[in-house]
Amino acid sequence: MLSSRTPKLAGLMAIAGLLAISTAHAGPVLDKIKKNGQVVCGVNTGLAGFSQADSAGNWSGLDVDVCKALAAAVLGDANKVKWVPLNAQQRFAALQSGEIDVLSRNTTFTLTRDASLGLHMTAVTYYDGQGFMVPVKSKIKDAKQLKGQTVCVQSGTTTEKNLTDFSKANNLGIKPVVFEKVEAATGAYFAGRCVAYTTDASGLASVRNKEAKNPDEHVILPQLISKEPLGPMVRRGDDEWFAIVKWVIYGLVEAEEYGITQENVDQMKSSQDPVVQRILGVSEDTGKLLGLDRDWMGRAIKAVGNYGEIFERNVGPKSPLKLPRGANNLWNKGGLMYAPPVR
Amino acid sequence: MAESVRQPPKKRDWSWRSQAFRGLVYQALALAAVIAIGWWLASNTAANMQARGIKSGFDFLLQPAGFDIGEPLFGYDSSHPYWQAFAVGVGNTLRVAILGIVLATLVGTLLGVGRFSRNALVRGFCYGYVELFRNVPVLVQLLMWYLLVTELLPDSTEPWQIGNVFLSKGGLTYPGPVWSAGFGWVVAGLALGALGVWFYRRWARAQFDATGRERSLFWVPLGIVIAGGVLGWFAGGMPNEWKIPVKGEFAVEGGSALTPEFLAVLLGLVLYTAAFIAEVVRAGIQSVPRGQSEAAQALGLSRSQEMRQVLLPQALRVIIPPMTNQYLNLTKNSSLAVAIGYPDVVSISNTALNQTGRAVECIAIIMAVYLTTSLATSLFMNWYNARAAIKER
Ligand SMILES: N[C@@H](CCC(=O)N[C@@H](CS)C(=O)NCC(=O)O)C(=O)O
Repeated sequence: MLSSRTPKLAGLMAIAGLLAISTAHAGPVLDKIKKNGQVVCGVNTGLAGFSQADSAGNWSGLDVDVCKALAAAVLGDANKVKWVPLNAQQRFAALQSGEIDVLSRNTTFTLTRDASLGLHMTAVTYYDGQGFMVPVKSKIKDAKQLKGQTVCVQSGTTTEKNLTDFSKANNLGIKPVVFEKVEAATGAYFAGRCVAYTTDASGLASVRNKEAKNPDEHVILPQLISKEPLGPMVRRGDDEWFAIVKWVIYGLVEAEEYGITQENVDQMKSSQDPVVQRILGVSEDTGKLLGLDRDWMGRAIKAVGNYGEIFERNVGPKSPLKLPRGANNLWNKGGLMYAPPVR
Repeated sequence: MAESVRQPPKKRDWSWRSQAFRGLVYQALALAAVIAIGWWLASNTAANMQARGIKSGFDFLLQPAGFDIGEPLFGYDSSHPYWQAFAVGVGNTLRVAILGIVLATLVGTLLGVGRFSRNALVRGFCYGYVELFRNVPVLVQLLMWYLLVTELLPDSTEPWQIGNVFLSKGGLTYPGPVWSAGFGWVVAGLALGALGVWFYRRWARAQFDATGRERSLFWVPLGIVIAGGVLGWFAGGMPNEWKIPVKGEFAVEGGSALTPEFLAVLLGLVLYTAAFIAEVVRAGIQSVPRGQSEAAQALGLSRSQEMRQVLLPQALRVIIPPMTNQYLNLTKNSSLAVAIGYPDVVSISNTALNQTGRAVECIAIIMAVYLTTSLATSLFMNWYNARAAIKER
């Protein structure tokens, strides 16, 4: 029963949150985090490589590491995070109502989401695109072969609209079968109800790896039909916290660019490179401008490593997901990861 | 003397000592409080949403929806506005609700009557059915049917086939008529047939009252309606173009189709609700005094005559009010369809909510839809109940 009520719950949560707070003034999130000694982070209910809890309740993944870096930078301890698993439908309501401080859950940045939900996008942590997964035995090689076929999708995502756009642009008349829960959508696909399953390519890799009885029986078509820049979102009305989340992410990317790693971060403090000195707060106190202390970035890097390390550990070629670095490589290595200078 | 003392005050007493006046004041106060709270909640919500930069309003209903629906009615496509997408959702909800109510009533009545069968096997089956189906949560049943449909049926590439009818994971595909103007005549013919049935029934009734001879109230009306339809078909120029499904490369293509989602929702709701309806029918029949049954037997009525002419009409008075509840439940339970991917109004609303972020508005629409259908059902059933009630003259 519960599951079917979640969309309504999500909506009601939003409404309840709005009803409850009579003063419309948004309080400084940073103060609250310091007072409670924890960052409340909204993550995916279970998406291998991005956010997943093991049997002992320890969370891991790329989206998870962003929150750990935040907790390390703000509170000095990467474990001071309260995890709130959210499905696609619940996520925005949870952020709007103030239940979570930051939403780090493979969420695409779009104009509508930025301009009408009362939320801000911070920085991109993963450049993705929507793809299709089909059974190998269907012998489908190209998404255009899906003319008139059924495709399973999860509601509450950017996915439905992208699928429609693609179907329309290519005159394919694809029939979507829309499920509220990701388990139901993938379950129906694996049972053979749909000819294909579609979502972000990273999500496909994760589902194929974790959900498929035999991953080799399914292939992810190379063609991507949309741009899905994924990254954390925060509530509007608190510019200080918005800046902190943004700059912790930029800091992780910049750390990779300048060779600061989880391992060498302590030695790097005596580096002569002025950029490294600034990132680690040795020369200038960059933390102070954000309302944090000097060592904010040093602690974040020590906790989870730089962006490249986070990528490799969770989703990279050596992880079970085996995703290529591709567009997520640094700008000077042929990718799109370009952080404004931490200066 | 005593009369004049007992006489009630002639005109209204506008003083605090009058109970009527106090009652009026309390009611006015309560109403004002409810309105004030409602207004406070609404304005507070609106103010908070605005302060947080959350856009609100129903203007989005006129924007293009931009998403496809798997089971579109009346030629919907993604360039149509949101309100039409909602209309498709409402249509899909009503489609399973109405069909579900009709089928659940049939199945439930058979099961309920079956509890009085002389055959122990039939009695036992009906009893077992009711206990099984009413005690398993309906969501679990829906998921189970959907699982059965999607797991057990053959792949869409190698469907089971009987003639031009295919059954597979892609659903039930069958030849459907290609809609053309000629079918308007068929519909008109069917309507004419229905009118004919009404007259026939009046005539049959009069015949029965006059001579006691029973006329068929099933086969003859059915024949009349079919005859009307066939006549209309001739009048419409005998349109006989059919969409014939064929086996495609990945799935059965063409023809008309019932999706597995629709079938699973319908099956789940009908079988679940039928269990409750069976109990309602059983209670109704049991409420008729034994003497009625004995009297019917003494008159030499057959078992089925006894049931149809003596027991059921009297039982109806007990049956209708709780039956209304079951109909309302079925309609509301159809919102669980979203769990297995049927595009009902909740599913469409979810998508709209997530694309526009208008949570308050979309939830309000869902509530309005269910409230309207429920009230309409209640109104109809109350009217029917009044008709079936004992006429006291
Ligand atoms: N990036 C897309 C899709 C994100 C998304 O929710 N993906 C699904 C499919 S991989 C998911 O993670 N579902 C998990 C859940 O809802 O619990 C968006 O922001 O809308």
